[in-house]
Amino acid sequence: MTEILPLSEAIARHVPDGASVALEGFTHLIPFAAGHELIRQGRRDLHLIRMTPDLIYDQLIGMGAARRLTFSWGGNPGVGSLHRLRDAVEKDWPRPLEIDEHSHAGMAAAYRAGAARLPFGLLRGYIGTDLPAHNPNIRRIHCPYTGEELATVPALNPDVTILHAQRADRHGNVAIEGIIGAQREAALAARFLIVTVEEIVNELPPAMNGVLLPHFVVGAVSHCPAGAWPSYAQGRYARDNDFYLRWDDIARDRGRFSEWMRRHVQGTADHRAFIQSLRRAAA
Amino acid sequence: MSDYSRDEMMTVAAARMLWNGCVCFVGIGLPSAACNLARLTHAPDLVLIYESGTIGTRPTVLPLSIGDGELAETAACVVPLPDIFSDYLQAGRVDVGFLGAAQIDRLGNLNSTVIGPYAKPRTRLPGAGGAPEIAAHAKQVFIVMKASPRSFVTALDFQTSGGHFEGRSKSGARGGGPAVVVTDVGILKPQASGEFALAAAYPGIPADEARAAIGWKLAIAPQPETIAAPTAVELAALRALQARTAAAHREPVRLPIQ
Repeated sequence: MTEILPLSEAIARHVPDGASVALEGFTHLIPFAAGHELIRQGRRDLHLIRMTPDLIYDQLIGMGAARRLTFSWGGNPGVGSLHRLRDAVEKDWPRPLEIDEHSHAGMAAAYRAGAARLPFGLLRGYIGTDLPAHNPNIRRIHCPYTGEELATVPALNPDVTILHAQRADRHGNVAIEGIIGAQREAALAARFLIVTVEEIVNELPPAMNGVLLPHFVVGAVSHCPAGAWPSYAQGRYARDNDFYLRWDDIARDRGRFSEWMRRHVQGTADHRAFIQSLRRAAA
Repeated sequence: MSDYSRDEMMTVAAARMLWNGCVCFVGIGLPSAACNLARLTHAPDLVLIYESGTIGTRPTVLPLSIGDGELAETAACVVPLPDIFSDYLQAGRVDVGFLGAAQIDRLGNLNSTVIGPYAKPRTRLPGAGGAPEIAAHAKQVFIVMKASPRSFVTALDFQTSGGHFEGRSKSGARGGGPAVVVTDVGILKPQASGEFALAAAYPGIPADEARAAIGWKLAIAPQPETIAAPTAVELAALRALQARTAAAHREPVRLPIQ
């Protein structure tokens, strides 16, 4: 039975300190509201997993919530660096961060294997790159049929995957439209799945060939309008490119970053109050 | 046309290398501008694949991120990202993959991971993304980078993706590797040894300027070409595309929250 819960309760009940957590969504449908709730509740020692860490992981890392990061590309898309991620890796601030670094193809294979409950992902990859020399998780195997050498990565099975989607119904079925990145694989790979949604409806229409996560793989659903802002939700609101640019300034300085987080994230009760707090600051 | 910027020359030069029907794996920035310019001029049936999962996308404005809504709305289909890497790129269905990086060496190996040692970098860069497998499996790789001795180096701090490295033919890489490096001071192509040499010059940019911008001792290919300046048609299409893009990105975002 999928639980329909307020976001704060879903996080409190299902994401303990030390958990491995994947917040997925490739540029689109990034679960910002859920990431902020992890910060409000002061989670520590998380193993964060995400192909493209983006601003929400920059915030979690800068707040010291993470001990380890599994990722394949860590930048501010279209803008430049993630300054908090850089500060953690380069200067151990606010705490050292273990790095488990992959390519996109490798991480995608690891999620696919996790979704299928296989022990490892297989790809013809990590060729001509120094990554395997620095990441002992990337190994090689010989094909038992052809002898070809192929790369392997251990399956990713996050304790909790958190997604944002456009709609869920009362039974907990979830409908996603638009760019889905590795959301489907990360959802099916998880031991527990939380989905925040723009809207909860009575019934979803049958989704022939569309992306629908059936209720029996969805642990909890939380209603959270604008929960992907400043990323976007196809058909609902556009990406706030301006905020991605502004973040570059906010995150560049430790003091400015900490003050911004204290005021707008830790100092607000929920996602609605967070957005209202930013609007007041901009007015 | 003589009134054009070096960025425009680079973009036009890269666009001209794409042919109608070519299947392109596109990155954000100059490659995206070049691919869409080609599609809007001489190659209307160019197939654009963005790694976020959009195939055959025909955006009217350039995306700011690799997963903008515009790419999904104008795509022939949107597939999960793992399909893109496994079933399209790895399976050998991409003709041209675009790459850029912070550092390149004379063999077209690229670094987008760290400056300094990996465990304690002076500068942590974004990392690999799709690059290692694009470099391995796209039939050809086009590299687009502005030239400077800091980025065109004799030795990389870290090899993120492979060019014409020793042992490539036995490495499992299915693609041909980098075919060209489009810079702002000229176009480099690999010689028989795999080393990139100046193969084509832009109008008004002498070989000495290209040599000064490249950190390794840049050779000149046996019969270097001269690239024609951007035409009025190319510049008009590119500038209109960029003006549409700027206007679209000024639209305010409306949220479903009071």
